[in-house]
Amino acid sequence: MKTFEQFPEQITDDFANKMDDILQRHDNDPKKLIGILLDIQDAVDLHYITQPIAYRLAKRLNIKITQIYDVLTFYAGLYTQPRAHFCIQICDSAPCRVNDSEGLHVALKDILGIDIGEVTYDNRFTLEKVPCFGACDVSPAFRAGGKVYGRLSTRESVIDALKELMREGESNG
Amino acid sequence: MAKTVSFISRNFGTYAPSSLDSYESVGGFQALRKALTMDGYDIAAVLSKNQVQGRGGAAYDMGKKWSQARDVEAPLKCVVCNADEGEPGTFKDREILTRDPFQMLEGMIIAGWAVNAQDGYIYMREEYSHLRPLLLSAIDQCEKKGYLGEDILGSGFRYRLHLYSGAGAYVCGEGSALSESIEGKAGRPRLKPPYIKQSGVYHLPTCMNNVESFTLVPGLLMDEQGFYRSQGTRDCPGTKMISVCGNVKQPGVFEIPFGLTIREIIDDLAGGTQDNRPIRLVQLGGASGRLASPSMLDTPYTYRDMERAGLTAIGSGAVLVVDNRTSVVGFLRMTQEFFCHESCGQCTPCREGNRHIKLLLDKIAAGEHTLRDVATLSKFANIMCNASLCGLGETAQSALLSAMEHFPDAFQIKREVAIR
Repeated sequence: MKTFEQFPEQITDDFANKMDDILQRHDNDPKKLIGILLDIQDAVDLHYITQPIAYRLAKRLNIKITQIYDVLTFYAGLYTQPRAHFCIQICDSAPCRVNDSEGLHVALKDILGIDIGEVTYDNRFTLEKVPCFGACDVSPAFRAGGKVYGRLSTRESVIDALKELMREGESNG
Repeated sequence: MAKTVSFISRNFGTYAPSSLDSYESVGGFQALRKALTMDGYDIAAVLSKNQVQGRGGAAYDMGKKWSQARDVEAPLKCVVCNADEGEPGTFKDREILTRDPFQMLEGMIIAGWAVNAQDGYIYMREEYSHLRPLLLSAIDQCEKKGYLGEDILGSGFRYRLHLYSGAGAYVCGEGSALSESIEGKAGRPRLKPPYIKQSGVYHLPTCMNNVESFTLVPGLLMDEQGFYRSQGTRDCPGTKMISVCGNVKQPGVFEIPFGLTIREIIDDLAGGTQDNRPIRLVQLGGASGRLASPSMLDTPYTYRDMERAGLTAIGSGAVLVVDNRTSVVGFLRMTQEFFCHESCGQCTPCREGNRHIKLLLDKIAAGEHTLRDVATLSKFANIMCNASLCGLGETAQSALLSAMEHFPDAFQIKREVAIR
């Protein structure tokens, strides 16, 4: 295991402040670790928890680094590898699959030129398959940036959803 | 009998979900005022009188749960709202939280008073993170108005609500795993006993209910005419929120009186199947629910009738309709992939069982299986049901076992393979 000093990437002061804000919002309470990790993950550009962040958190919350990695590796919604600016999650559960979510997968693959787990050259998009996110009434659907885009059974509707996603992403900075 | 009713969902669309004032204008928090004049056991008795069963999946007698929670002697207790609606095909709690968050909060405050708790925790799945601002603001407004805090409405009752988020783990819908998760740890289920009613979140006695269960409470306390009891059947009075999805024309959330048949739910509420295709199967209660064959569609939707028909599950209230474009084995493989992904890996029957069953199902799908494979499949599924640590492993093979019962043809040996 690498020690803290050996990390090639470091946390910028700007991001350290951001982290402190998030910790403050969660009352610096180690019991709220999952919420803290989710908020930090949202704040990181490529939506994952880097090692320096994990170690800094362990220090700030006065908990063991093993607890942080136990949580990080247990929950499917927390990531330790770089993802992308827009993480497009396709529902992979039965309610969407019987409504041809595979067709949605093929359309996204074709439009973006990437498959599940791959990232576009500019780090903008990645495709992920996730279990049901409770949007079965608008299946097939994908979720990105906390928002659900549903009824995507035609190529046109998928393109429209992607355009909307990019518009929202830009307006949110 | 009317096909849909409006009891739990009576506030839908009648007030602005972001405003407490608006909720009060439709009679909000009258039930809390009434509850504060009642004893906790009397509140539990109202639930028992209405024969309310918990809406999370286990269908535990809710009045009994609350009076047991009240019985526990402890300086600190807590109430937990399980909003980790992880069963695929279920989205009724999402609809309640979106359209009537205050009634759920009111139910939780009443629960706190009834069981004598000091803290209430809402554990909401990460997938519903868009609802966080709405709930946080609702809790904040309740605190400002004195419905939460040190001395609620001058009764001396002290109670606070906290919102916690999951992070994409189906197993955290299980009570003890959920408790671990609220404590900031990985959500691995605990060995039971002790049950969470004795030792749950922070090892305090915990009274845990589903979103729909809490939402039901204020209405029941104010229901002096007995409207709720007049709905449904004699054995199974009341109403239930269900979510219908899959290959139907109009998927959505409906509130129904108990006793409608599955066919009525599909044809009259959800508009029938897409392009009127024949139904292959219906899965009730999410991925951990059993499968109904087309010949079972006239079963009334009540706890007892479903159990008699070998369906056991009203469960989460999901009704997933699958038409003849998907095969039975194809469907089982989808469910199996889900459980392989969601098994927490702590106990061997569930961790290994799910993977081996997946391999065997792949073999069946390829038509390369033998009679012995089918026997192994059934053996592994039964071992999982009996020997798993938590409800996930125990119910993961409900779909498979019911399919073996109701769709034996799907597992038949292909002739040419059998000769070889």
